[in-house]
Amino acid sequence: MREFFRQVARRKPLLLLPLLLLSGCSNWAIMDPQGPIGRAEKSLVFTAVILMLIVVVPVIVLTLVFAWHFRASNKKAVYRPDFHHSTTIEIIVWVVPCLIVLALGILTWKTTHALDPYKPLVAQNGEKPIEVDVIALDWKWLFVYPQLHIASVNELAMPVGASVDFRITSGTVMNAFFIPQLGTQIYAMGGMQTEVHLSADHAGIYQGLSANFSGNGFSGMTFKAIATDKAGFDAWVQKVRGSSQVLDTQSFALLSKASENVPVSYYGTVNGDIFGEQIASFVGSPPSMKTMKGNGDQASAKTTGGSNGMSGM
Amino acid sequence: MLGRLTWAAIPLDNPIEMGAVGLMGIVVLIVLGFIARYNLWVYLWKEWITTIDHKKIGIMYILMALVMLLRGFADAIMMRTQLAFSHGASHGYLPPEHYDQIFSAHGVIMIFFVAMPFVIGFMNVAVPLQIGARDVAFPFLNSISFWLTFVGMALVNLSLAIGEFGQAGWLAYPPLSELKYSPGSGIDYWIWSLQISGIGTLLTGVNFFVTIIKMRAPGMTFMRMPVFVWTILCTSILIMAAFPVLTATIGMLTLDRYLDFHFFTNDGGGNQMMYVNLIWAWGHPEVYILILPVFGVFSEVVSTYSSKRLFAYTSMVWATVSITVLSFVVWLHHFFTMGSGADVNAFFGISTMVIAIPTGVKIFNWLFTMYGGRVRYEPAMLWTVGFMVTFTIGGMTGVMMAVPGIDFIVHNSLFLIAHFHNVIIGGVVFGCFAGLNYWFPKMFGFKLEAKWGTRSFWFWLVGFYVAFVPLYALGFMGATRRMEHYDNPAWVPYMWVALLGAVLIFCGIVCSILQIVVSIRDRAKLQDVTGDIWGGRTLEWAISSPPPFYNFATTPTVADAEPLWDAKQRGTIERQARDHYEDIHMPKNTGAGFIIAVFAGIMGFAMIWYIWWLAILSVVGIILTLIIRTCNDDIDYYVPGEEVARIEKAHFLKVASLETEKQHAD
Amino acid sequence: MPTDAVAAHGGHDHHHDHAQEQLANKVFGFWLYLMTDCILFATAFAGVAVNRHSYAGGPTGKDIFELNGVIIETACLLFSSVTYGFAMLAAHRNNKSQVMLWLGITFLFGLGFIGFEVKEFMHLVADGNGPERSAFLSSFFLLVATHGCHVTAGLLWMATLMFQMGVMGKPLNTTYMSRLTCLSLFWHFLDIVWICVFTVVYLMGVI
Repeated sequence: MREFFRQVARRKPLLLLPLLLLSGCSNWAIMDPQGPIGRAEKSLVFTAVILMLIVVVPVIVLTLVFAWHFRASNKKAVYRPDFHHSTTIEIIVWVVPCLIVLALGILTWKTTHALDPYKPLVAQNGEKPIEVDVIALDWKWLFVYPQLHIASVNELAMPVGASVDFRITSGTVMNAFFIPQLGTQIYAMGGMQTEVHLSADHAGIYQGLSANFSGNGFSGMTFKAIATDKAGFDAWVQKVRGSSQVLDTQSFALLSKASENVPVSYYGTVNGDIFGEQIASFVGSPPSMKTMKGNGDQASAKTTGGSNGMSGM
Repeated sequence: MLGRLTWAAIPLDNPIEMGAVGLMGIVVLIVLGFIARYNLWVYLWKEWITTIDHKKIGIMYILMALVMLLRGFADAIMMRTQLAFSHGASHGYLPPEHYDQIFSAHGVIMIFFVAMPFVIGFMNVAVPLQIGARDVAFPFLNSISFWLTFVGMALVNLSLAIGEFGQAGWLAYPPLSELKYSPGSGIDYWIWSLQISGIGTLLTGVNFFVTIIKMRAPGMTFMRMPVFVWTILCTSILIMAAFPVLTATIGMLTLDRYLDFHFFTNDGGGNQMMYVNLIWAWGHPEVYILILPVFGVFSEVVSTYSSKRLFAYTSMVWATVSITVLSFVVWLHHFFTMGSGADVNAFFGISTMVIAIPTGVKIFNWLFTMYGGRVRYEPAMLWTVGFMVTFTIGGMTGVMMAVPGIDFIVHNSLFLIAHFHNVIIGGVVFGCFAGLNYWFPKMFGFKLEAKWGTRSFWFWLVGFYVAFVPLYALGFMGATRRMEHYDNPAWVPYMWVALLGAVLIFCGIVCSILQIVVSIRDRAKLQDVTGDIWGGRTLEWAISSPPPFYNFATTPTVADAEPLWDAKQRGTIERQARDHYEDIHMPKNTGAGFIIAVFAGIMGFAMIWYIWWLAILSVVGIILTLIIRTCNDDIDYYVPGEEVARIEKAHFLKVASLETEKQHAD
Repeated sequence: MPTDAVAAHGGHDHHHDHAQEQLANKVFGFWLYLMTDCILFATAFAGVAVNRHSYAGGPTGKDIFELNGVIIETACLLFSSVTYGFAMLAAHRNNKSQVMLWLGITFLFGLGFIGFEVKEFMHLVADGNGPERSAFLSSFFLLVATHGCHVTAGLLWMATLMFQMGVMGKPLNTTYMSRLTCLSLFWHFLDIVWICVFTVVYLMGVI
């Protein structure tokens, strides 16, 4: 049994390793957040873990202590074969977890509303939010900037401090749009629109990916999210505008064909509402219906979740 | 004539798959050769294939689980090896279409054909004995259940040799699993193997619910049932409530793929979110179908090896019941990132956390069962202590992910993978090994050797942490699940450590195999003469090991939650056979269950390959077999009382001679 | 072993009790199976509810449902439940020939139901309104056909019982009573499900 203890003693620090090594290292994407959403979610991790350690640590310690002390070979330990009930202990073991879950529950209710992906952010730079329409394709990401009439594949840029309003759909199977260092991922689903609002508060190039398996080219379905100052963003927009490629229904159909490990490319001009057309192509409704929130028709029931989504299922 | 089945379906150009097929072929040939060499065909048919004895069916379930554990683990170590190498310019040794099959098969096999048969095996072996019954309520149905599960397993393995397996993960989310995106035979293998084995499981649920409700020994009130029986009662409820949803959902996907329906397609008004909701409405209870029985196992083990009554039995029962109820209101936590509103997400997050309360209470109760006990560290107890520590950590990471705000950043990451392996390995697998060590003597009449068992435990425990702590870390680094290649060089060392962990677990598996081999060799020395080798407390230890085919010569009456312990305390244990026993009514063996399952398997295979005429013929075969079976009135017989007396006398004589031997030795 | 002598029955009594107990278990078990079937149907109903407006440009319920046929169909099934009830009454009177008669009538009503349903399906498919048209129709076909398959299975079962008792001359003993009882549960269960189908799919569909 001594071996048992040594093993556990050796392992304990290892368990805390992920939590201890978090700060300062850029490889810990989620633990090195670069935006308000990610930061809030990281702190939530710590709060939740600390709350739970109140009960987890005693359980593990008591398990090991009891297991060691009451080993059959320890003749000093009392043997109480009929000790099988204690009101005090039972009250404690029910009440303490209840209190912790109560605390966690309040935390959950508050943070879930605060971090609702559909909730718009207040831009730190005081400007209007940047809109980006995201379409997941086999196996690449298309980003359309409807306000700027430009589009890019597998590369995304945003000014530091701006609120970015992502509207997301899929031209293929289910994917998930995720930039770990900025926080919250959300599914991309065909014929539907999901939303997430993110913001970066430091310049940098952040890795983005699909977080929901989508087939053979899935591993290569990554992109770069470039957060830069206003000038850098304008320069990026100019660079994209310089591209002679035009995104319209025909070129989009071409782009939609399956391809893997797709390099970055730009569309200097966007003709028409590619995002809306993509959704409509599955739903079978006229492409004009741009805002699909809240009205009772089929597409909206599927888009915004919340009150009228699948929650009742 | 043969639908879409052609020679091209056999992956002759894939050396890895063909190697695996060859290996499986060799194993099958060796087994068949062994059977032929010792001419065991008749024995196999009479004693095993046609058996409707719950103990033998239980043994077959467990054997299947152990064999499939090897297959599922082979998949696991292939994935870990791929990820150790496949970064940057290197793309590893597995192309995506192969890797995708491997992780899909790994999940399906481990859940459906390792964990499920393992726990159902224990149900079969222990429940009728613990409640003092002759058999389950419907022994013939039990045989059908087993063989349907077996056939489902066979189909999954057949996909290795003919065609391919699904490439859409263990739950085959549409639209990826729709015909448009997965035109091959893989998803169809997934559909039919799960559909067939799922029906087997559903029947098991009904069977055990009736068994426990109706066939308990006189005096065994609900609050005197062993905790394992309680957990199986709750598991049966979960199975009955959840598996029809799986059947219906897979049915809808089947119609989408075969008849161009539009349940989950992108177009035609299909709704992929409905699939995700439905599959988890089954999938989450399924998790508890696996974990509740092992909670029962741990309850039996911890109290037996602590030589002490289980702490807070009533609490334990209510905790089990509340977990059962709560497991139906948490399914949405599997997809917080689908865009449901904050109210919905918060509700499901909190309801998930609430489950942690009864689960935590259970852990505390096991803990206080050890308190004041005399804890004997046989392998089963080691697995239990290992479980209590490991599962607590897994529970903590689970509650973390129940907070939607945290789930938003770790959903579908390797953190999630680490979490559910933490509870499935640390909970279900550890529990299955605990149960195997605990009930092995009851099944076979000799116990498992402890030295190799202990080694196996340590390798598994250490291997588990080495393999999965790096995955927790990788989740925080933004590594997602199901990728077969990555670019971030910082992940490489973690991937290598995880591979090392998998190798350690492999050593654990080898030790387990050696444990069984050594035990069979030394079976005379390890023999369980009395039938009560651990100082048991429940009824299964009141009869010989292995029990006679009729289980109890006379129906026991029960006055306590621990009837055997109670009898030992009061000194009312029978020490010699009676002069007179009643005739015992027993069902006759039948091959009908096996034949029905074989037809079902052929039907599945025919559907996968679009061989419609064969599918129709097999369905006709199933119906005819059932009709012929119902026409047969000669399905039971009576064991004469004299025969029972002879068997019981032999057992008591053996016990007596052992006791004299002991006295001589002293 | 902690045993007390169970009151010793005479051999035959003992055997008889055993048979009764098994009969009760069978009916209980079959009832549980029906409850699981209930959940299966509930899932199919959920599909109908979710896809109730997913016409994908195709027809609505109002466009395609012809209530006249459905009402006759419904009447067939309801009457068959009544006639099955008469069969059970006859069984309890131990009157085998009457059981056979009522089973035969029930069978014909059931067959009529299936006939109308098949006709409706063929009509829909011929008009291009098959299950592949829209998610709404997919859900409709799944639910109604699942029920239809159940009824067909019930008919097959009924035919088997009639064959066994009529042609093979099996007696109305506990075994066959339990089978008749289980089929009775099954048949009435399908009736109840059909009332839900009729209300939710057809009536609410045309409103």
